[in-house]
Amino acid sequence: MYENPDGVMIGLEVHVQLNKLKTKIFCGCSTDYHNDPPNSHVCPVCLGLPGSMPVINKKAVEAAIKVGLAFNCTVEERTQFYRKNYFYPDLPKAFQITQYDFPISSNGYVIIEGEDGEHKVRINRAHMEEDPGRLVHEGTIDKSKYTLIDYNRSGMALLEIVSEPDMRSPKEARRYLDKLRNIIEYLDVSDADLEGAMRVDANISIMGGQRAEIKNISSFKGAERAMLFEIVRQKNVLRRGGVVVQETRHFDEAREITLSMRSKEEAHDYRYFPEPDLVPLKISGWAPAIKETLPELPDARRMRFVEQYGITDDHAKSLTGELVWANYYEDVLKSYENEYGEKLDPKFAAAWINDTLKGEMNYRGTSLTFKVGSVTHYAVNKEYTVAIIRFLNLKTITKNNAIYLFRKLLDEPKGGDYYRPVRNSPDSAENYLMLTLEKEGLLKVEGDIVETAAEEAITENPQSVADYRAGKEKALNALVGAVMKKTRGRADARTAREILLEKLG
Amino acid sequence: MITKEDLEHIGWLSRLELSDEDKEKYSPKLNSILDYFGELNEVDTEGVEPTYHVLPLYNVFREDEVGGTTTSLTQDEALSNAPRKQDGFFKAPRMM
Repeated sequence: MYENPDGVMIGLEVHVQLNKLKTKIFCGCSTDYHNDPPNSHVCPVCLGLPGSMPVINKKAVEAAIKVGLAFNCTVEERTQFYRKNYFYPDLPKAFQITQYDFPISSNGYVIIEGEDGEHKVRINRAHMEEDPGRLVHEGTIDKSKYTLIDYNRSGMALLEIVSEPDMRSPKEARRYLDKLRNIIEYLDVSDADLEGAMRVDANISIMGGQRAEIKNISSFKGAERAMLFEIVRQKNVLRRGGVVVQETRHFDEAREITLSMRSKEEAHDYRYFPEPDLVPLKISGWAPAIKETLPELPDARRMRFVEQYGITDDHAKSLTGELVWANYYEDVLKSYENEYGEKLDPKFAAAWINDTLKGEMNYRGTSLTFKVGSVTHYAVNKEYTVAIIRFLNLKTITKNNAIYLFRKLLDEPKGGDYYRPVRNSPDSAENYLMLTLEKEGLLKVEGDIVETAAEEAITENPQSVADYRAGKEKALNALVGAVMKKTRGRADARTAREILLEKLG
Repeated sequence: MITKEDLEHIGWLSRLELSDEDKEKYSPKLNSILDYFGELNEVDTEGVEPTYHVLPLYNVFREDEVGGTTTSLTQDEALSNAPRKQDGFFKAPRMM
């Protein structure tokens, strides 16, 4: 049972940009603006020019329903849009089209791994809105004289997922955010790697006090830091006999502190009223059909991995924690079977893919995939992984050499021939790996070479031989070590042991 | 009843600078609008569904296709009415 000594309550509002849509939420402007000049993906609607009329993107509504269902929400019978009025240059109309008392979905939950095991975080609602434009300040926000505005982002479809204040520590909040990103990734509605794809506002209170709302958090790591800082700040206020006031605070990412915004708009005087340019929607009838199309979600896939492949829950959790790893794992299993006509032991594959390959990548801080232009590449093509595991199964290479090969593949420059289809050609993954081992003098040695090394080891270490014969089992290890040394680690230790035993009679 | 403070607050929300003369002028005007809504308040709306939209329509959609009902502008066109611009951006006074 988690005690929660500071009475921490955290609620999160996560803005997910539905950037996999082709167009914005209310106009036909393309969403593919990330590498383009400012104000080049705009039209009268998203610039808020007089007389322009919004029309909602059907796919955005479908995506919103998908997300709602994945978070166990109820899709509401009727839903509609409101104008949230505020005067700020990121919105040219001086209001944001958003939802208010009729959000598209509400009352859901998500299960996270909490401080004391499984923990339920309730979802208040998930509602649709338009993204504001992007502001660029010369220097820092509090020093620059003017603001530069790019409306390419203005009108992008956003889904704001609002949780109840059910998280009891920044760690739980981080777990919630990771889970949320994981689910969104599986739903294929947002590319989280794009700038501004997910933005977080955090509401934090301690000891039943007033809450502070922290804005301007642009990364999940930043979110955790902002929350840790904010808890310390509120504790210090209380310790000095003060009272935490309800306010909006700005997270300064560089300094890792939160600052009071001191804005007169604290009253949140948004004067919501129904958006007259958009008619209400009655789309709850779509939910059953959309539910049928939902992909297998992370928790379900994790359970299936454990049941179907017999791998540990830790492996399943780690592999399904990122869609690309879950797919990679299953692709390797399939390719291996196609290639060699026999099943690959899923546990063996999980250990090598998760512990070695993923471990090596975590150590390097790199990801399984990377982009060159708009094309996604694997840091290690699955053909290589299949080949390495094949070599291991046939005992063609030692474990150390397998690790060496993975490292080599990760560290070599990516480009040129690397992306060529590697199977059934002179450049096949197997050939490449063999050549690499040969070049480095790492090919596993067998037969005569090991025999000779064993004989030498016996001749050169009479003491160990005598000890072994006197009943000291451990003395054999010294002899195996000598064989490994002579073969520069290229012999298989177990084979070396067997040969030694044979020779020692 | 709209007080001078209310008026100043509403002015701030729209970033309008109001002179004392403006305030004298607008207070009675806004109050007469409020009074009119007060009259509407007298109507018994018990059990009547609020009118969220004046059109008896639901579910008007657009397909997710670039272009369609709207045409995107070039950067030059987008910026053509801007009083101030810089490097392809609109330029506005800093606001906090």
